[in-house]
Amino acid sequence: MTFIRALATSAIIAAAITTTLVAIASANDRSIIVQSTTSTKNSGLYNVLLPQFKKATGITVHIVAVGTGQAIRNARNCDGDVLLVHAKGAEQKFVTDGFGTKRHDLMYNDFVFVGPPSDSAKITGSKSASDTLKKIATSKAIFASRGDDSGTHKKERTLWQAAGIDPTPSSGKWYRETGSGMGATLNIAVGMGAYAMTDRATWIAFKNKRDFKVLVEGDKALFNQYGITAVSAKKCPSVKTKLAETFSAWLRSKSGQSAIAAYKRNGQQLFFPNAVTN
Amino acid sequence: MQDVSSAFWIAFGLVAGLDADLLEIIALSLRVSLFALVISCLIGLPVGAVLAIARFRGRSAVLIALNALMGLPPVVVGLIVYLHLSRAGPLGWLNLLYTPTAMIIAQAILITPIIAALSRQILEDLHTEYAEQFRSLSVPAHTMMQALIWDARFSLLTVALAGFGRAIAEVGAVIIVGGNIDHLTRVMTTAIALETSKGDLPLALALGIVLLVIALTVNGLVMALRMTAGRQAYA
Repeated sequence: MTFIRALATSAIIAAAITTTLVAIASANDRSIIVQSTTSTKNSGLYNVLLPQFKKATGITVHIVAVGTGQAIRNARNCDGDVLLVHAKGAEQKFVTDGFGTKRHDLMYNDFVFVGPPSDSAKITGSKSASDTLKKIATSKAIFASRGDDSGTHKKERTLWQAAGIDPTPSSGKWYRETGSGMGATLNIAVGMGAYAMTDRATWIAFKNKRDFKVLVEGDKALFNQYGITAVSAKKCPSVKTKLAETFSAWLRSKSGQSAIAAYKRNGQQLFFPNAVTN
Repeated sequence: MQDVSSAFWIAFGLVAGLDADLLEIIALSLRVSLFALVISCLIGLPVGAVLAIARFRGRSAVLIALNALMGLPPVVVGLIVYLHLSRAGPLGWLNLLYTPTAMIIAQAILITPIIAALSRQILEDLHTEYAEQFRSLSVPAHTMMQALIWDARFSLLTVALAGFGRAIAEVGAVIIVGGNIDHLTRVMTTAIALETSKGDLPLALALGIVLLVIALTVNGLVMALRMTAGRQAYA
Protein backbone atom coordinates (compact mmCIF):
# COMPACT_ATOMS: atom_id res chain seq x y z
CA MET A 1 0.00 0.00 0.00
CA THR A 2 2.27 2.71 -1.29
CA PHE A 3 -0.42 5.33 -0.72
CA ILE A 4 -0.68 4.55 2.98
CA ARG A 5 3.09 4.42 3.24
CA ALA A 6 3.35 7.81 1.54
CA LEU A 7 0.81 9.20 4.00
CA ALA A 8 2.76 7.81 6.94
CA THR A 9 6.02 9.23 5.61
CA SER A 10 4.53 12.68 5.15
CA ALA A 11 3.11 12.46 8.66
CA ILE A 12 6.52 11.79 10.10
CA ILE A 13 8.05 14.61 8.08
CA ALA A 14 5.25 16.94 9.15
CA ALA A 15 5.76 16.01 12.79
CA ALA A 16 9.51 16.50 12.51
CA ILE A 17 9.23 19.92 10.92
CA THR A 18 6.52 21.02 13.33
CA THR A 19 8.77 20.05 16.22
CA THR A 20 11.58 22.06 14.66
CA LEU A 21 9.24 25.03 14.34
CA VAL A 22 8.38 24.76 18.01
CA ALA A 23 12.05 24.49 18.88
CA ILE A 24 12.85 27.59 16.83
CA ALA A 25 10.01 29.50 18.43
CA SER A 26 11.14 28.73 21.97
CA ALA A 27 14.89 28.85 21.31
CA ASN A 28 14.76 32.52 20.33
CA ASP A 29 14.71 33.79 23.90
CA ARG A 30 15.77 37.33 23.17
CA SER A 31 12.43 38.29 21.74
CA ILE A 32 9.34 39.82 23.26
CA ILE A 33 5.71 40.13 22.26
CA VAL A 34 4.05 43.53 22.40
CA GLN A 35 0.27 43.69 22.64
CA SER A 36 -0.29 46.93 20.79
CA THR A 37 -2.96 49.29 19.58
CA THR A 38 -3.31 49.38 15.80
CA SER A 39 -2.48 53.03 15.06
CA THR A 40 1.19 52.65 16.00
CA LYS A 41 1.46 49.67 13.66
CA ASN A 42 -0.68 50.85 10.73
CA SER A 43 1.11 54.19 10.64
CA GLY A 44 4.44 52.41 10.16
CA LEU A 45 6.01 53.74 13.39
CA TYR A 46 7.28 50.31 14.45
CA ASN A 47 9.07 49.84 11.13
CA VAL A 48 11.32 52.70 12.20
CA LEU A 49 11.58 52.04 15.94
CA LEU A 50 12.12 48.28 16.01
CA PRO A 51 15.24 48.09 13.81
CA GLN A 52 16.86 50.85 15.91
CA PHE A 53 15.94 49.05 19.14
CA LYS A 54 17.22 45.75 17.77
CA LYS A 55 20.50 47.39 16.82
CA ALA A 56 20.88 48.92 20.27
CA THR A 57 19.96 45.85 22.31
CA GLY A 58 19.80 42.78 20.05
CA ILE A 59 16.22 42.12 21.19
CA THR A 60 13.62 41.13 18.58
CA VAL A 61 10.18 42.64 19.11
CA HIS A 62 7.06 40.92 17.80
CA ILE A 63 4.04 43.18 17.45
CA VAL A 64 0.50 41.88 17.80
CA ALA A 65 -1.65 44.82 16.72
CA VAL A 66 -5.26 44.66 17.88
CA GLY A 67 -7.66 47.18 19.40
CA THR A 68 -6.74 48.49 22.86
CA GLY A 69 -9.54 46.49 24.49
CA GLN A 70 -8.40 43.23 22.96
CA ALA A 71 -4.74 44.05 23.61
CA ILE A 72 -5.47 44.45 27.33
CA ARG A 73 -7.50 41.24 27.39
CA ASN A 74 -4.67 39.34 25.68
CA ALA A 75 -2.13 40.80 28.11
CA ARG A 76 -4.34 39.78 31.06
CA ASN A 77 -4.09 36.23 29.66
CA CYS A 78 -0.28 36.67 29.87
CA ASP A 79 -0.01 36.51 26.08
CA GLY A 80 2.36 39.45 25.80
CA ASP A 81 5.36 40.97 27.57
CA VAL A 82 4.53 44.61 26.93
CA LEU A 83 1.28 46.56 26.60
CA LEU A 84 1.38 49.64 24.36
CA VAL A 85 -2.08 51.18 24.07
CA HIS A 86 -3.98 54.43 24.49
CA ALA A 87 -6.60 54.26 27.23
CA LYS A 88 -5.06 55.61 30.43
CA GLY A 89 -7.92 54.56 32.71
CA ALA A 90 -7.91 50.97 31.48
CA GLU A 91 -4.11 50.86 31.62
CA GLN A 92 -4.08 52.05 35.22
CA LYS A 93 -6.64 49.42 36.11
CA PHE A 94 -4.39 46.85 34.44
CA VAL A 95 -1.57 47.92 36.77
CA THR A 96 -3.67 48.13 39.95
CA ASP A 97 -5.05 44.66 39.20
CA GLY A 98 -1.45 43.50 39.37
CA PHE A 99 -0.93 42.66 35.70
CA GLY A 100 1.47 45.49 34.93
CA THR A 101 4.57 46.68 36.77
CA LYS A 102 4.18 50.41 36.12
CA ARG A 103 2.50 52.49 33.43
CA HIS A 104 4.50 55.25 31.74
CA ASP A 105 3.40 58.03 29.42
CA LEU A 106 5.14 57.49 26.09
CA MET A 107 3.85 59.88 23.47
CA TYR A 108 0.70 61.63 22.32
CA ASN A 109 -1.14 62.91 19.33
CA ASP A 110 -4.77 63.87 18.92
CA PHE A 111 -8.08 62.67 17.61
CA VAL A 112 -9.78 64.40 14.71
CA PHE A 113 -13.22 64.23 13.13
CA VAL A 114 -13.18 63.38 9.46
CA GLY A 115 -16.04 63.50 7.02
CA PRO A 116 -17.16 64.14 3.45
CA PRO A 117 -16.65 67.64 2.01
CA SER A 118 -20.43 68.07 1.66
CA ASP A 119 -20.55 68.17 5.50
CA SER A 120 -24.33 67.89 5.88
CA ALA A 121 -24.14 68.43 9.65
CA LYS A 122 -22.03 71.56 9.17
CA ILE A 123 -19.40 70.54 11.71
CA THR A 124 -16.52 72.23 9.88
CA GLY A 125 -14.79 74.72 12.11
CA SER A 126 -16.53 73.59 15.30
CA LYS A 127 -14.42 74.62 18.25
CA SER A 128 -15.18 71.65 20.47
CA ALA A 129 -15.81 67.94 20.27
CA SER A 130 -19.07 68.42 22.20
CA ASP A 131 -20.39 70.91 19.62
CA THR A 132 -19.42 68.57 16.81
CA LEU A 133 -21.23 65.60 18.30
CA LYS A 134 -24.31 67.71 19.11
CA LYS A 135 -24.49 68.88 15.50
CA ILE A 136 -24.13 65.34 14.19
CA ALA A 137 -26.82 64.06 16.58
CA THR A 138 -29.36 66.79 15.84
CA SER A 139 -28.95 66.51 12.08
CA LYS A 140 -28.95 62.69 12.37
CA ALA A 141 -25.98 62.61 10.00
CA ILE A 142 -24.45 59.16 9.70
CA PHE A 143 -21.60 58.59 12.14
CA ALA A 144 -19.37 55.50 11.95
CA SER A 145 -18.29 54.42 15.42
CA ARG A 146 -15.65 51.80 16.14
CA GLY A 147 -17.98 49.98 18.52
CA ASP A 148 -15.18 47.61 19.53
CA ASP A 149 -14.14 48.77 23.01
CA SER A 150 -10.84 50.05 21.60
CA GLY A 151 -9.01 53.07 22.95
CA THR A 152 -10.58 55.27 20.31
CA HIS A 153 -14.03 53.86 21.04
CA LYS A 154 -13.60 54.45 24.77
CA LYS A 155 -12.59 58.04 24.02
CA GLU A 156 -15.55 58.53 21.70
CA ARG A 157 -17.97 57.31 24.36
CA THR A 158 -16.48 59.74 26.88
CA LEU A 159 -16.97 62.57 24.39
CA TRP A 160 -20.64 61.65 23.79
CA GLN A 161 -21.15 61.58 27.52
CA ALA A 162 -19.53 65.01 27.88
CA ALA A 163 -21.86 66.30 25.16
CA GLY A 164 -24.84 64.94 27.10
CA ILE A 165 -25.97 62.66 24.31
CA ASP A 166 -26.58 58.92 24.36
CA PRO A 167 -26.19 57.74 20.76
CA THR A 168 -26.82 54.06 21.48
CA PRO A 169 -30.64 54.20 20.99
CA SER A 170 -29.88 55.38 17.45
CA SER A 171 -27.52 52.48 16.82
CA GLY A 172 -28.27 51.04 13.41
CA LYS A 173 -29.96 54.28 12.32
CA TRP A 174 -27.58 57.24 12.02
CA TYR A 175 -25.18 55.85 14.65
CA ARG A 176 -23.40 52.93 13.01
CA GLU A 177 -21.21 50.75 15.19
CA THR A 178 -18.84 48.92 12.86
CA GLY A 179 -17.26 46.67 15.49
CA SER A 180 -14.02 46.89 13.51
CA GLY A 181 -10.57 48.38 13.66
CA MET A 182 -9.77 52.01 12.83
CA GLY A 183 -8.77 51.32 9.22
CA ALA A 184 -11.83 49.17 8.55
CA THR A 185 -14.07 51.81 10.13
CA LEU A 186 -12.51 54.53 7.97
CA ASN A 187 -13.06 52.38 4.88
CA ILE A 188 -16.71 52.03 5.91
CA ALA A 189 -17.08 55.75 6.66
CA VAL A 190 -15.60 56.66 3.29
CA GLY A 191 -17.90 54.14 1.61
CA MET A 192 -21.03 55.47 3.34
CA GLY A 193 -20.12 59.14 3.35
CA ALA A 194 -20.26 59.03 7.15
CA TYR A 195 -18.47 61.05 9.80
CA ALA A 196 -15.86 59.28 11.90
CA MET A 197 -13.45 60.01 14.72
CA THR A 198 -9.89 58.80 14.25
CA ASP A 199 -6.47 59.27 15.75
CA ARG A 200 -4.42 61.55 13.58
CA ALA A 201 -1.60 59.05 12.94
CA THR A 202 -3.92 56.49 11.36
CA TRP A 203 -5.58 59.21 9.32
CA ILE A 204 -2.34 60.67 7.92
CA ALA A 205 -1.06 57.22 6.95
CA PHE A 206 -4.45 56.07 5.64
CA LYS A 207 -4.48 55.66 1.87
CA ASN A 208 -8.17 55.34 1.03
CA LYS A 209 -9.23 58.89 1.99
CA ARG A 210 -10.98 59.68 -1.31
CA ASP A 211 -12.27 63.24 -0.84
CA PHE A 212 -12.58 62.98 2.95
CA LYS A 213 -11.00 65.68 5.05
CA VAL A 214 -10.26 66.53 8.65
CA LEU A 215 -13.21 68.77 9.58
CA VAL A 216 -12.75 69.30 13.30
CA GLU A 217 -9.52 69.35 15.29
CA GLY A 218 -7.73 71.17 18.07
CA ASP A 219 -10.06 70.73 21.05
CA LYS A 220 -8.10 69.85 24.19
CA ALA A 221 -10.65 67.09 24.83
CA LEU A 222 -9.31 65.34 21.73
CA PHE A 223 -5.91 64.72 23.31
CA ASN A 224 -4.68 61.16 22.75
CA GLN A 225 -2.10 59.79 25.18
CA TYR A 226 -0.22 56.56 24.51
CA GLY A 227 1.20 54.61 27.43
CA ILE A 228 3.57 51.70 27.86
CA THR A 229 3.41 49.04 30.56
CA ALA A 230 5.57 45.99 31.14
CA VAL A 231 3.51 42.94 32.08
CA SER A 232 4.23 41.82 35.63
CA ALA A 233 5.89 38.51 36.33
CA LYS A 234 3.90 38.27 39.57
CA LYS A 235 0.68 37.52 37.67
CA CYS A 236 2.38 36.09 34.61
CA PRO A 237 5.50 34.11 35.53
CA SER A 238 6.11 33.30 31.86
CA VAL A 239 6.72 36.89 30.75
CA LYS A 240 10.18 38.25 30.04
CA THR A 241 9.92 41.23 32.35
CA LYS A 242 13.58 42.16 32.03
CA LEU A 243 13.47 42.40 28.22
CA ALA A 244 10.10 44.14 28.44
CA GLU A 245 11.52 46.74 30.84
CA THR A 246 14.47 47.23 28.48
CA PHE A 247 12.08 47.95 25.61
CA SER A 248 9.97 50.33 27.69
CA ALA A 249 13.06 52.12 29.01
CA TRP A 250 14.58 52.48 25.54
CA LEU A 251 11.37 53.97 24.09
CA ARG A 252 11.33 56.48 26.95
CA SER A 253 15.05 57.23 26.62
CA LYS A 254 16.50 60.04 24.55
CA SER A 255 17.15 57.75 21.57
CA GLY A 256 13.67 56.27 21.62
CA GLN A 257 11.93 59.58 22.10
CA SER A 258 13.86 61.31 19.33
CA ALA A 259 13.19 58.38 17.00
CA ILE A 260 9.45 58.81 17.69
CA ALA A 261 9.66 62.55 17.05
CA ALA A 262 11.61 62.03 13.83
CA TYR A 263 8.96 59.74 12.30
CA LYS A 264 7.02 61.55 9.60
CA ARG A 265 4.49 60.63 6.93
CA ASN A 266 3.74 63.07 4.11
CA GLY A 267 5.94 65.58 5.93
CA GLN A 268 3.77 65.45 9.05
CA GLN A 269 4.85 64.29 12.48
CA LEU A 270 2.54 61.53 13.72
CA PHE A 271 3.48 61.05 17.36
CA PHE A 272 4.83 63.54 19.89
CA PRO A 273 7.06 62.02 22.57
CA ASN A 274 6.25 63.05 26.14
CA ALA A 275 7.81 60.40 28.37
CA VAL A 276 9.40 61.66 31.55
CA THR A 277 13.07 61.08 30.75
CA ASN A 278 15.63 60.81 33.48
CA MET B 1 -12.36 50.50 -10.72
CA GLN B 2 -9.11 52.41 -10.96
CA ASP B 3 -7.98 50.40 -7.93
CA VAL B 4 -8.53 47.13 -9.76
CA SER B 5 -6.41 47.99 -12.77
CA SER B 6 -3.61 49.46 -10.69
CA ALA B 7 -3.78 46.34 -8.51
CA PHE B 8 -2.84 44.21 -11.50
CA TRP B 9 0.21 46.35 -12.15
CA ILE B 10 1.25 46.26 -8.51
CA ALA B 11 0.77 42.48 -8.41
CA PHE B 12 2.85 42.12 -11.53
CA GLY B 13 5.57 44.35 -10.07
CA LEU B 14 5.60 42.41 -6.78
CA VAL B 15 5.96 39.07 -8.52
CA ALA B 16 8.40 40.26 -11.18
CA GLY B 17 10.54 42.02 -8.57
CA LEU B 18 10.67 38.85 -6.41
CA ASP B 19 10.03 41.03 -3.38
CA ALA B 20 11.83 39.30 -0.47
CA ASP B 21 9.09 40.08 2.07
CA LEU B 22 6.44 38.78 -0.30
CA LEU B 23 8.34 35.55 -0.91
CA GLU B 24 8.65 35.04 2.82
CA ILE B 25 4.91 35.54 3.26
CA ILE B 26 4.07 33.20 0.37
CA ALA B 27 6.43 30.52 1.72
CA LEU B 28 4.84 30.70 5.16
CA SER B 29 1.33 30.57 3.70
CA LEU B 30 2.18 27.44 1.76
CA ARG B 31 4.03 25.83 4.63
CA VAL B 32 1.22 26.41 7.13
CA SER B 33 -1.62 25.34 4.84
CA LEU B 34 0.18 22.31 3.42
CA PHE B 35 1.06 21.02 6.88
CA ALA B 36 -2.49 21.60 8.02
CA LEU B 37 -3.63 19.64 4.99
CA VAL B 38 -1.30 16.69 5.68
CA ILE B 39 -2.46 16.50 9.29
CA SER B 40 -6.10 16.78 8.24
CA CYS B 41 -5.72 14.00 5.69
CA LEU B 42 -4.05 11.74 8.25
CA ILE B 43 -7.03 12.17 10.53
CA GLY B 44 -9.81 12.85 8.06
CA LEU B 45 -9.24 10.03 5.57
CA PRO B 46 -9.32 7.17 8.08
CA VAL B 47 -12.35 8.74 9.80
CA GLY B 48 -14.06 9.08 6.44
CA ALA B 49 -13.21 5.48 5.54
CA VAL B 50 -14.49 4.08 8.83
CA LEU B 51 -17.73 6.02 8.54
CA ALA B 52 -18.09 4.88 4.94
CA ILE B 53 -18.16 1.17 5.77
CA ALA B 54 -19.25 1.01 9.39
CA ARG B 55 -22.94 0.64 10.27
CA PHE B 56 -23.90 1.52 13.81
CA ARG B 57 -26.70 3.15 15.78
CA GLY B 58 -26.64 6.92 15.55
CA ARG B 59 -24.59 6.87 12.37
CA SER B 60 -26.87 9.41 10.68
CA ALA B 61 -26.46 11.77 13.61
CA VAL B 62 -22.67 11.48 13.34
CA LEU B 63 -22.82 12.15 9.60
CA ILE B 64 -25.06 15.18 10.06
CA ALA B 65 -22.71 16.55 12.72
CA LEU B 66 -19.67 15.92 10.55
CA ASN B 67 -21.26 17.60 7.54
CA ALA B 68 -22.28 20.56 9.67
CA LEU B 69 -18.71 20.93 10.93
CA MET B 70 -17.67 21.71 7.35
CA GLY B 71 -19.22 25.10 8.02
CA LEU B 72 -17.09 25.82 11.09
CA PRO B 73 -16.50 29.58 11.17
CA PRO B 74 -12.73 30.24 11.09
CA VAL B 75 -13.02 32.96 13.74
CA VAL B 76 -14.60 30.50 16.15
CA VAL B 77 -11.86 27.95 15.49
CA GLY B 78 -9.30 30.72 16.03
CA LEU B 79 -10.88 31.69 19.34
CA ILE B 80 -11.06 28.11 20.59
CA VAL B 81 -7.43 27.46 19.68
CA TYR B 82 -6.43 30.81 21.21
CA LEU B 83 -8.17 29.99 24.48
CA HIS B 84 -6.32 26.66 24.64
CA LEU B 85 -2.89 27.95 23.64
CA SER B 86 -3.07 31.18 25.60
CA ARG B 87 -0.76 31.38 28.59
CA ALA B 88 -3.90 31.40 30.71
CA GLY B 89 -5.23 28.34 28.88
CA PRO B 90 -4.66 24.64 29.51
CA LEU B 91 -1.93 24.29 26.86
CA GLY B 92 -0.23 27.62 27.55
CA TRP B 93 2.92 25.87 28.80
CA LEU B 94 3.60 24.65 25.26
CA ASN B 95 4.44 28.24 24.33
CA LEU B 96 2.78 27.87 20.93
CA LEU B 97 0.61 30.98 20.68
CA TYR B 98 1.75 33.40 17.96
CA THR B 99 3.81 30.73 16.17
CA PRO B 100 3.28 29.06 12.77
CA THR B 101 2.54 25.83 14.65
CA ALA B 102 -0.51 27.45 16.25
CA MET B 103 -1.70 28.46 12.79
CA ILE B 104 -1.21 24.91 11.50
CA ILE B 105 -3.26 23.55 14.40
CA ALA B 106 -6.09 26.01 13.76
CA GLN B 107 -6.24 25.31 10.04
CA ALA B 108 -6.04 21.55 10.61
CA ILE B 109 -9.06 21.75 12.91
CA LEU B 110 -10.85 23.85 10.32
CA ILE B 111 -10.37 21.49 7.39
CA THR B 112 -10.34 18.02 8.98
CA PRO B 113 -14.18 17.89 8.92
CA ILE B 114 -14.12 18.81 5.23
CA ILE B 115 -11.68 16.02 4.40
CA ALA B 116 -13.56 13.51 6.54
CA ALA B 117 -17.05 14.40 5.31
CA LEU B 118 -16.21 14.57 1.61
CA SER B 119 -14.04 11.44 1.62
CA ARG B 120 -16.76 9.58 3.55
CA GLN B 121 -19.22 10.28 0.74
CA ILE B 122 -16.81 9.25 -2.01
CA LEU B 123 -15.67 6.09 -0.23
CA GLU B 124 -19.22 5.12 0.65
CA ASP B 125 -20.32 5.40 -2.98
CA LEU B 126 -17.38 3.27 -4.04
CA HIS B 127 -18.11 0.82 -1.26
CA THR B 128 -21.64 0.29 -2.55
CA GLU B 129 -20.07 -0.63 -5.86
CA TYR B 130 -17.57 -3.06 -4.31
CA ALA B 131 -19.76 -4.45 -1.51
CA GLU B 132 -20.62 -7.74 -3.17
CA GLN B 133 -17.04 -8.47 -4.17
CA PHE B 134 -15.80 -7.68 -0.67
CA ARG B 135 -18.44 -10.01 0.76
CA SER B 136 -17.63 -12.88 -1.58
CA LEU B 137 -13.94 -12.65 -0.72
CA SER B 138 -14.74 -11.94 2.98
CA VAL B 139 -12.24 -9.10 3.01
CA PRO B 140 -11.36 -7.78 6.51
CA ALA B 141 -12.44 -4.20 7.29
CA HIS B 142 -9.00 -2.59 7.31
CA THR B 143 -8.13 -4.12 3.93
CA MET B 144 -11.46 -2.85 2.62
CA MET B 145 -10.65 0.67 3.79
CA GLN B 146 -7.19 0.57 2.25
CA ALA B 147 -8.54 -0.72 -1.06
CA LEU B 148 -11.27 1.92 -1.12
CA ILE B 149 -8.86 4.77 -0.35
CA TRP B 150 -6.41 3.51 -2.96
CA ASP B 151 -9.01 3.11 -5.70
CA ALA B 152 -10.56 6.49 -4.93
CA ARG B 153 -7.20 8.25 -4.70
CA PHE B 154 -7.82 10.61 -7.60
CA SER B 155 -11.21 11.72 -6.28
CA LEU B 156 -9.65 12.10 -2.83
CA LEU B 157 -7.03 14.37 -4.35
CA THR B 158 -9.84 16.77 -5.23
CA VAL B 159 -11.02 16.52 -1.62
CA ALA B 160 -7.53 17.45 -0.49
CA LEU B 161 -7.56 20.43 -2.85
CA ALA B 162 -10.87 21.58 -1.38
CA GLY B 163 -9.32 21.41 2.07
CA PHE B 164 -6.19 23.21 0.94
CA GLY B 165 -8.28 25.92 -0.69
CA ARG B 166 -10.20 26.52 2.49
CA ALA B 167 -6.99 26.60 4.56
CA ILE B 168 -4.98 28.97 2.40
CA ALA B 169 -7.93 31.35 1.93
CA GLU B 170 -9.05 31.75 5.54
CA VAL B 171 -8.00 34.71 7.63
CA GLY B 172 -10.19 34.58 10.74
CA ALA B 173 -8.36 31.78 12.53
CA VAL B 174 -4.74 32.54 11.68
CA ILE B 175 -4.99 36.23 12.55
CA ILE B 176 -6.12 35.36 16.10
CA VAL B 177 -3.67 32.54 16.86
CA GLY B 178 -0.81 33.86 14.71
CA GLY B 179 -1.15 37.55 15.54
CA ASN B 180 -0.07 38.65 12.04
CA ILE B 181 3.47 39.27 13.30
CA ASP B 182 5.84 40.58 10.66
CA HIS B 183 8.50 38.02 9.61
CA LEU B 184 7.04 35.43 11.97
CA THR B 185 3.37 34.67 11.43
CA ARG B 186 2.29 36.90 8.57
CA VAL B 187 0.63 34.99 5.74
CA MET B 188 -1.05 36.13 2.53
CA THR B 189 -4.53 36.57 3.98
CA THR B 190 -3.44 38.44 7.11
CA ALA B 191 -1.22 40.67 4.96
CA ILE B 192 -4.26 41.44 2.80
CA ALA B 193 -6.29 42.26 5.92
CA LEU B 194 -3.51 44.55 7.16
CA GLU B 195 -3.19 46.47 3.89
CA THR B 196 -6.98 46.84 3.73
CA SER B 197 -6.97 48.35 7.21
CA LYS B 198 -4.26 50.77 6.10
CA GLY B 199 -6.58 51.80 3.28
CA ASP B 200 -4.06 50.63 0.70
CA LEU B 201 -6.71 48.88 -1.37
CA PRO B 202 -4.64 48.45 -4.56
CA LEU B 203 -1.84 46.69 -2.65
CA ALA B 204 -4.38 44.54 -0.79
CA LEU B 205 -5.99 43.58 -4.07
CA ALA B 206 -2.59 42.90 -5.65
CA LEU B 207 -1.78 40.47 -2.82
CA GLY B 208 -5.15 38.85 -3.48
CA ILE B 209 -4.22 38.36 -7.11
CA VAL B 210 -0.91 36.79 -6.09
CA LEU B 211 -2.82 34.45 -3.73
CA LEU B 212 -5.10 33.41 -6.58
CA VAL B 213 -2.10 32.71 -8.78
CA ILE B 214 -0.61 30.51 -6.05
CA ALA B 215 -3.88 28.58 -5.76
CA LEU B 216 -3.93 28.18 -9.54
CA THR B 217 -0.35 26.90 -9.54
CA VAL B 218 -1.00 24.35 -6.80
CA ASN B 219 -4.14 23.12 -8.56
CA GLY B 220 -2.30 22.96 -11.87
CA LEU B 221 0.51 20.90 -10.32
CA VAL B 222 -1.96 18.46 -8.80
CA MET B 223 -3.80 18.16 -12.10
CA ALA B 224 -0.52 17.43 -13.90
CA LEU B 225 0.39 14.83 -11.30
CA ARG B 226 -3.00 13.20 -11.69
CA MET B 227 -2.75 13.06 -15.45
CA THR B 228 0.74 11.54 -15.38
CA ALA B 229 -0.32 9.00 -12.80
CA GLY B 230 -3.49 8.25 -14.75
CA ARG B 231 -1.54 7.60 -17.94
CA GLN B 232 0.80 5.25 -16.11
CA ALA B 233 -2.10 3.39 -14.52
CA TYR B 234 -3.83 2.74 -17.82
CA ALA B 235 -0.72 2.23 -19.95
